[in-house]
Amino acid sequence: MTILRARGVVKSYGLTPALRGVTIDVAEGEIVAVTGPSGCGKSTLLHCLAGILRPDAGEVLYGEHRLDTWSEKMRARLRRTEFGVLFQFGQLVAELTAAENVALPLLLAGTGRREARTAAVQWLDRLGVADVADTRPGEMSGGQQQRCATARALVAEPRVLFADEPTGSLDSRTSEQLLGELVRVVRDQRTTVVLITHDATVAGYADREVALRDGELDPSGLGLTAIQGRHKR
Amino acid sequence: MSTTHVLLGLLAAGPMHGYELKRSHDQRLPQAKPVAFGQVYATLGRLQRDGLVTTSGQDQDGGPERTSFALTDAGRARLDEWLGEIEPPAPYVTSTLFAKVAVAVLVSGEQRAHDYLVAQRAAHMDRLRALTAVKADPASSLGDVVAADFAILHLDADLRWVANTLVRVADLHREMQP
Repeated sequence: MTILRARGVVKSYGLTPALRGVTIDVAEGEIVAVTGPSGCGKSTLLHCLAGILRPDAGEVLYGEHRLDTWSEKMRARLRRTEFGVLFQFGQLVAELTAAENVALPLLLAGTGRREARTAAVQWLDRLGVADVADTRPGEMSGGQQQRCATARALVAEPRVLFADEPTGSLDSRTSEQLLGELVRVVRDQRTTVVLITHDATVAGYADREVALRDGELDPSGLGLTAIQGRHKR
Repeated sequence: MSTTHVLLGLLAAGPMHGYELKRSHDQRLPQAKPVAFGQVYATLGRLQRDGLVTTSGQDQDGGPERTSFALTDAGRARLDEWLGEIEPPAPYVTSTLFAKVAVAVLVSGEQRAHDYLVAQRAAHMDRLRALTAVKADPASSLGDVVAADFAILHLDADLRWVANTLVRVADLHREMQP
């Protein structure tokens, strides 16, 4: 069953086109890697699919809902309840402990403090970082921070996880450990994942790959870490 | 790969007969091409002739008679030498991928090379996904993970080359025109 759909999505920043009519379908429970060199539009596509940005033209469907026609308020609520977002740099709140950071989405959704804390610690445990529950991000390693960010993205048990270069700031060993655990957890939860990466070894964790180039689908998959421009040597 | 030296290394753990050696080889080098029985026996014959292994007994165990082989001192010295030798970084580009692209451009032009690269890339990605699944499977042994990693990183190197070459085939074609 298709859970997410983009139909001819166009998005520009001022005069600079980022997406020139992208159409993709994402099936429920699958992990899709969106790949391509920097500037190909993959982050913009993720933002449109996640309802963070509104496309200039085209449609974005979540199930039967036309997200592109929804107000910011409605999209924000959907993002809190149905979607999880994970960025390259965890973007944890520096003043809060790991457990407080992970509990945030639940507190925003109205869950009680004690219950949110319990769930947060459980998720930290699932991602192997229960020992830093009461530690602030500044005192954690990059890998620990990214695991906390992953726990925070998944604590509300979203149906779709959007991950934008989630291991881009980690060394390869830490990256593969996190990806291995992330994939195990999302398979257990049957969470759909849109995973953005420029790295083929990261795309290898996905069920399939959608390659972008210059804001369009690239069936040749040229995107991955390709040099840009024909004459560059 | 030097099957001779790998078999010497496996015998360093103690005497084994041919069948045990084959099994041990395939177990210790997961994801590698399994060694054929014939190759094991042929190699043992050569090693015995050269004094690197010696027969160390026979057992019958209800089935056919089997000869065990043991490492000799000379065999151990040869193994030690091999382990200390630095492998020369490959002096020539020997990949079939590379040869095929060069010939495709020469024979049929840039489109043929482009189509080949696109299809090859898809096959590489499929293999990369399969190996990543091995690596991410909690049931995999560390040996499997190390072997899968080796293959994944080599595929990744190929994929980067394919991506770069896809951009360059048109220029390559022009350059190769007489």
